[in-house]
Amino acid sequence: MIPPAAPARTIDTPSFSASRFRAEREADWIAFDLLLAKLEKKGATALTSDELLQLPLLYRATLSSLSIARATSLDKALLDHLEALSIRGYFLVYGVRESRWNRLRRFFLYDWPAAVRSVWKETLIIALVILLGALTSYSLVSGNPEWYFNFVDEEMSGGRDPRATAEFLQTTLGHGKAAAEKGESGLHVFATYLFTHNSQVSILSFALGFAFGVPTMMLEYYQGIGLGAMMAVFSAKGLGFDFGGWLFIHGTTELFAAALSGAAGLRIGTAVVFPGARGRLQAASEAGRTAGKVMVGVIIMLFAAGLLEGFGRQLITDTMLRYAIGALMLLFWLGYYYIPRREDVT
Amino acid sequence: MTAAAANAKQRAAKAKKIRQFVTPEGVDLELRIASAGLRFGALLVDMILIQVALFVFFLVILWAGLASKSDVAVAIWLLGAFLLRTFWFIGFELGSRAATPGKRLMGIRVVARDGGRLTADAVVARNLIRELELFLPLMMLGAGAAEDMVSGWTMLAGVLWSLTLSLFLLFNRDRMRMGDLIAGTWVVMAQRAKLDADIATDAAGGAMAFTEAELAVYGIFELQELERVLRGRDPRAMREVADAIRAKIGRAIAEEDDVFLLSYYRQLKARLERKLLFGKRREDKYASD
Repeated sequence: MIPPAAPARTIDTPSFSASRFRAEREADWIAFDLLLAKLEKKGATALTSDELLQLPLLYRATLSSLSIARATSLDKALLDHLEALSIRGYFLVYGVRESRWNRLRRFFLYDWPAAVRSVWKETLIIALVILLGALTSYSLVSGNPEWYFNFVDEEMSGGRDPRATAEFLQTTLGHGKAAAEKGESGLHVFATYLFTHNSQVSILSFALGFAFGVPTMMLEYYQGIGLGAMMAVFSAKGLGFDFGGWLFIHGTTELFAAALSGAAGLRIGTAVVFPGARGRLQAASEAGRTAGKVMVGVIIMLFAAGLLEGFGRQLITDTMLRYAIGALMLLFWLGYYYIPRREDVT
Repeated sequence: MTAAAANAKQRAAKAKKIRQFVTPEGVDLELRIASAGLRFGALLVDMILIQVALFVFFLVILWAGLASKSDVAVAIWLLGAFLLRTFWFIGFELGSRAATPGKRLMGIRVVARDGGRLTADAVVARNLIRELELFLPLMMLGAGAAEDMVSGWTMLAGVLWSLTLSLFLLFNRDRMRMGDLIAGTWVVMAQRAKLDADIATDAAGGAMAFTEAELAVYGIFELQELERVLRGRDPRAMREVADAIRAKIGRAIAEEDDVFLLSYYRQLKARLERKLLFGKRREDKYASD
């Protein structure tokens, strides 16, 4: 039998105690906390080389303290602090490996075109869907102009419907006297409006992709419908060629961007339906990342299209020149995206 | 036994929110999934901040527009409003704290689900989907109300359908929105916790001595509740807790509450920690000693 000794004294002085552990390591935690605060506020460039060398050491010391504290200490405040500090440290130490400038450079030189290249199948499908929409409405409206009113909103068309005269239609293309009188004021407002509106439609068509891609295709089909109906109206009055130029100058960029946004949505939709050997969640997240890159590109393209539509189309009224600029833009995008580059191999 | 069951249930609910997250050093960081309420609060704060920023921006543009009498201001306004709305979330989440001001306020952040680096494309993807989640229900309402062609029931169906998308995070364990699902991200707790003083080394802690039997009535849960009360320093709560403990171990009121509680806390902690070193973890007072 062990005699019951004075309990307080034996409890008080064990050879290992959580308090002693804390007193020994506390300085490291405080130093790490200060270093993290500095890193968060001013970035890695503000740290001296000494501090940079200290960072991983202090990080590991903190993690080791956390392990020990979990196994030996019941001090809730201490455990919470160490856990929060370790989490904060982990994401800062492992989080940033690249400067913003490098990230940007890599995006434009490699990531963006590579992402667009990887959705080429979806891009083709969406392009065909848009074309199909245009052909459907074109043939229907050519056969019976009454169909036009089913496809295009009164407000949207602004009088550009089968009842309009050829002269009126011509003015809407930026030819003739009326167009010249309208002047150049308000062009930038128009361009910006077009850009923001188109971007929102594209974001929507991308975001709808996860519903197995069906709403995306419907949205793109609908875009094609409006296009084909307009085309039919203008070509019935013998203005098909001029309308083509009016459309082509920005349309190559804008429709390309629309097709890409649809393709990005479709990529996510197909990944969810046909995940292959991967889990459905993993497939979706991989597709989502590719699609995210494509979408940033789409917004940049739409910005270019907005500029071409708002300024280029209103200031350049020569049909051939419009065709030339549109074709040039198309060639530029095709070359930028699809010409293989050295990084592809790696 | 019902109290014991309730305690166990509470612990299980807490454990359900914890996700294993092992660092390359082999330590499990035990990330906790942020609750739906916190997420909504963060969104609300961000929306309000965006509106305030837009309003200030609008005033500046108005002033500039009136001063220069040109409509360039309108273009800048349109462009700026679009950029602010779309890139507010993306810009902040690309920062080193991976959180918008609203998220920071709520103490949460975005994390890549696979434990890797949070990439820019993931942030872009999760935030572009937000556009849909927020505006689809509104659009359904707007479209239904504007064009009288759809009946009330169709509108209701549309709103319900779009709400299932927007409220997707309520229907899964990990509280992922559609955007999180597609970008491969999570939103987890990332509060700061200040390093409070070690109350176990306080000089007053040795004033009283308790017997083994007196200390054996409580477990870790009660110890940490006691710690909370001691750190809170609310005299009323301390009096209540001290009375409860005195009644439990059968001691008369003989000393100040804080001295009593501090000594009891210190000795209970030492006892439980000693047991912990021998691999015995007593979760609460219902567990066997």
